[in-house]
Amino acid sequence: MTSSRPLTTRAALTSAIGTVAGLLVALALMVGFFSWQSEYFFTTDTFVTIANDIPAVAVTAVGMTFVLIIAGIDLSVGSTMALAAAVAGIAMLQWHWPLLPATLLAMGVGVAVGAINGAVTVAWRLPSFIVTLGMLEMARGAAYVATDSRTQYIGSKIDWLGKPVVSGLSPAFFIAIAIVAAAQVVLTRTVFGRSLIGIGTNEEAMRLAGVDPRPLKVIVFALAGLLAGLGGVFLSSRLEAADPNAGTGAELVVIASVVIGGTSLMGGRGSVASTFFGVLVISVLEAGLAQIGASEPTKRIITGFVIIIAVVLDTLRERRKAKA
Amino acid sequence: MSTVPHSPGAAPPPVLLQGRGIGKTYATPVLAGVDFELHAGEVLALTGENGAGKSTLSKIVAGLVQPTDGTLTLAGAPYAPVSRQDAERLGVRMVMQELSLVPTLSVAENLLLGRLPHRLGFIRGEALNEAAARQMALIGLQDIDPRLPVSALGVGYQQMVEIARSLVGECRLLILDEPTATLTSREISHLFEQIERLKARGVAIVYISHRLDELQQVADRVMVLRDGRHIDTRAMRELTQADIVRSMVGRDVHEGLDRDVRPRGRRALAVRGLARGSVVRDVSFDLHAGEVLGLAGLVGSGRTELLRLIVGADRKDAGEVLLGESAAPARIASPMRAVRAGIGFVTEDRKSQGLLLPQAIRVNATLANLGAVSRAGWLQGDVERRQVERLRELLRVRSDSIEQPVDQLSGGNQQKVVFARWLHRDCDVLLLDEPTRGVDIGARADIYAQMDKLAAAGKALLMVSSDLRELMSVCDRIGVMSAGRLVRIFERGQWTEQLLLEAAFSAYAAAEQALPQEQIA
Repeated sequence: MTSSRPLTTRAALTSAIGTVAGLLVALALMVGFFSWQSEYFFTTDTFVTIANDIPAVAVTAVGMTFVLIIAGIDLSVGSTMALAAAVAGIAMLQWHWPLLPATLLAMGVGVAVGAINGAVTVAWRLPSFIVTLGMLEMARGAAYVATDSRTQYIGSKIDWLGKPVVSGLSPAFFIAIAIVAAAQVVLTRTVFGRSLIGIGTNEEAMRLAGVDPRPLKVIVFALAGLLAGLGGVFLSSRLEAADPNAGTGAELVVIASVVIGGTSLMGGRGSVASTFFGVLVISVLEAGLAQIGASEPTKRIITGFVIIIAVVLDTLRERRKAKA
Repeated sequence: MSTVPHSPGAAPPPVLLQGRGIGKTYATPVLAGVDFELHAGEVLALTGENGAGKSTLSKIVAGLVQPTDGTLTLAGAPYAPVSRQDAERLGVRMVMQELSLVPTLSVAENLLLGRLPHRLGFIRGEALNEAAARQMALIGLQDIDPRLPVSALGVGYQQMVEIARSLVGECRLLILDEPTATLTSREISHLFEQIERLKARGVAIVYISHRLDELQQVADRVMVLRDGRHIDTRAMRELTQADIVRSMVGRDVHEGLDRDVRPRGRRALAVRGLARGSVVRDVSFDLHAGEVLGLAGLVGSGRTELLRLIVGADRKDAGEVLLGESAAPARIASPMRAVRAGIGFVTEDRKSQGLLLPQAIRVNATLANLGAVSRAGWLQGDVERRQVERLRELLRVRSDSIEQPVDQLSGGNQQKVVFARWLHRDCDVLLLDEPTRGVDIGARADIYAQMDKLAAAGKALLMVSSDLRELMSVCDRIGVMSAGRLVRIFERGQWTEQLLLEAAFSAYAAAEQALPQEQIA
């Protein structure tokens, strides 16, 4: 018997290690560059700030990884974050709910939005790109309705999630790490995860092998909504408010993180763990550029450039592997 | 009867195309040492069994495939087209079975696609429609408005537009591949009129068809291929349909085809009146535990479609599938239900419908039965690896390990992985669609041995194959499909290759194959 690891196939493991190794090299280069450019960069403060900034994008990116693996896409996550946070804000401000049930409510809102995305996509066999594009507008509009188009200040009731508890790190950070780990296990070790990879690779083959892809797809979109809902609450804990404009454009940052992490837009290939490193690459880049005093336009140009480079490199690596 | 292009005794028309020693070898030779001649203004029918090499030869002439041996001469000059465009420049055109029209564009736009008359990039509508109308008139289609979108035409007229398109520019040689497969008898007679017109203009036509009665109407000479070799070319009027079938079959070979009939157990599956459009028509049969039932027929006779109806992959118009000895219809509305009911389906196209190509053998092998390698939704890695290792040894899948991605395996080993999946599922009924296509001889033997074992274990197997020898050596009974009907089921001992082929052609002779289609004219 070969000594292949129980967690995943050896080939997939090698591939995942390859991706993660590449991302670690990129991270090290960036940290080196920014530390050389700014004496304030290589400090605990910087890293704690980054760590506390990433939970919203990280948990949302976990859901997006699943969606991309089944060869779908969800453009509505940014709006879902705002809508879920708005509903949680109202629950806390007007109905005086505590944080936990309000968070669960936000996640429920996310599940509902995602389930609609999934159900419409599956029922009429539409491209998820279009369905979630429509949902992007609808959920954003709903967030405005819920907040009366004003930023609703929530204050100390929600900031607990984003406040440091252990060596400067917030509960949101630990929750995000736990979710990343759990999702990676689900993807590689459960029948559910295996079926998603199958659907993304060859949906017709799955159907003829007796696996119904439809309910699984709905579940994946609902899951993406749930995690976006949680991400929305994390975001609002940083702002201490429910802002109807929160998470505008977040879908692009989230998709970019997932793709930088080596998940294929064509489906069938992806890893939650490397998505997490993709999130780190983007956050380190943004934080570093801010510290060396780059202007907002410059930041955006460079970030966009890095996204393209990352995907080109990953594609080249995959092609070389395919040839080998 | 056809008009002969030249009266006997007169000088024969010039040779337009000549082939010498044409051969094509992929992994194995599919065409070898074929000599032929084609005269201007004649219709040469090309016929033979499935896989005889008809389409390879015609694709070589049309420039779609390059020969590995031999030379072609077109009107006295060496002819070696490297692409379809290359052949078309020299006036050699082919109308494929699958139409290549753009349905949303107009008839005129389709006809002149790639050479639309324009000024500064803007299409000149009138010039376009006039040019198209001229082109249509050439084949007697004046009555079709060139401004109509192609999607508004019936299949028959679409076919005509396709032919008209191939006549745009110079056309000296036209290859028609099964042009009547989707046509009604009215449309067929219209097509034949156009063929006569083209002949009169000196166009040489290669006509590929399964319908022997048609050949008698339209062909001047008949060329028969078998196993990639040229068997015979004779004038049509010297031949009967039986003669043609005899030369397609060759001598009857019995060696290696004899075996004992397997004991037939209780009924495992019954099909009653299954139908879908004109593709599968009122098919009924019983399949028993412990037997291998073969399904023979020409390509397009509805065999694959029948299997897809049984597993619920396509919607049926009528009929029922009964499971076991139950008299109640098993409502199998989807492949998921079929698998749950114990019916496995090895698809014809393993790459697009069977395998997860970039994934490991292990992942592919357990796909249909993940329940057996998991507990409460959690995959049991050790259990899965043990089971897949066992299957790999059993089927002798040649590979580095069970972790090797299946796209790195040969066709035969890929097919074994598909087999492994259904062995792992342990189905009572297994439907096999061309299970040995693209599979080398060694792997074939392994697959036959496995089928034997399955039958001996009381499984019921239904196998579609275009290789009659294979069916004759493996099966206990062979059903023959023709034009969507299951025309006859032969018991072992009753069949000969000649009888099977005759049955395969039988329902096509009854010309009224396609249902009348709505047409706009």
